[in-house]
Amino acid sequence: MPISFFLVLSALLFSIGVYGVLARANAVLILLSIELMLNAVNINLVAFSAVMGSAVGQVFALFVIAIAAAEVGIGLAIVILIFRNRQTVDVEDMSLLKW
Amino acid sequence: MADTYQEIIFWVIAVVMVVAAFRVVTTRNVVHAALYLVATLLGVAGMYILLLAEFLAWAQVLVYVGAIVVLMLFGLMLTRAPIGSRDYDNDQRLPAAIVAGVLFAVMSWILIDAFEGMKVDLADPELARRGIPTEAVGDSIFSNYVLPFEAVSVLLLAALIGAVLMARKDEAPPPTQAEREA
Repeated sequence: MPISFFLVLSALLFSIGVYGVLARANAVLILLSIELMLNAVNINLVAFSAVMGSAVGQVFALFVIAIAAAEVGIGLAIVILIFRNRQTVDVEDMSLLKW
Repeated sequence: MADTYQEIIFWVIAVVMVVAAFRVVTTRNVVHAALYLVATLLGVAGMYILLLAEFLAWAQVLVYVGAIVVLMLFGLMLTRAPIGSRDYDNDQRLPAAIVAGVLFAVMSWILIDAFEGMKVDLADPELARRGIPTEAVGDSIFSNYVLPFEAVSVLLLAALIGAVLMARKDEAPPPTQAEREA
């Protein structure tokens, strides 16, 4: 099957993730959308690894998975800290540094 | 024939994934958003299996579905998001949809244009025999990419310590010398 199926699928997932990041107001839901985008990138890496017959794409997909785990841990810690200080996770309310 | 099976399975998984991904970014219930994300992530694992990356598929299930989604649900509950009671979107839905649509159009046009003739054919005995065994992935990590691997390890450790330090509740100040002796 043509590799462009996988590439277009991952482009679609990435665009949905971009929409989520731009349109959502809850910080945890924004983190969920970022996960969608990271997974879209991973599909691309693995698809190219299968076509090229090289393991490097899978290696980097594994690195992306590990870094996504770190990102979620830190991201949620920050969100919880903001919630504890301001009793909200709505990014529209976090306008302290906005001019 | 194998090619058509692969395509049928691809379309089934792809439709489920895309519908679930749409629900992740549009649903009004935050817990449902996390559960729809599970469907999308399992679909990604299915794509990995279709692409002969079975180790990565199980890593995906373990790390994403097993750990990250649970962490997200914890985050949703700790921040006591009011479930289903209000709109979670801001007022930029239309511009966001335009940006995402244009991005998708441009990306898919470029990708189709650039990689038109490339095929991944499971029926090809050469690919099925050669594949990309997990062994090759492990060899590659621990020979050519051992430095990024170590960097990721240190990053994970730093993220772990940082997350614990940030999310920890502030304790009472440690007892002073006089209090301890009393």
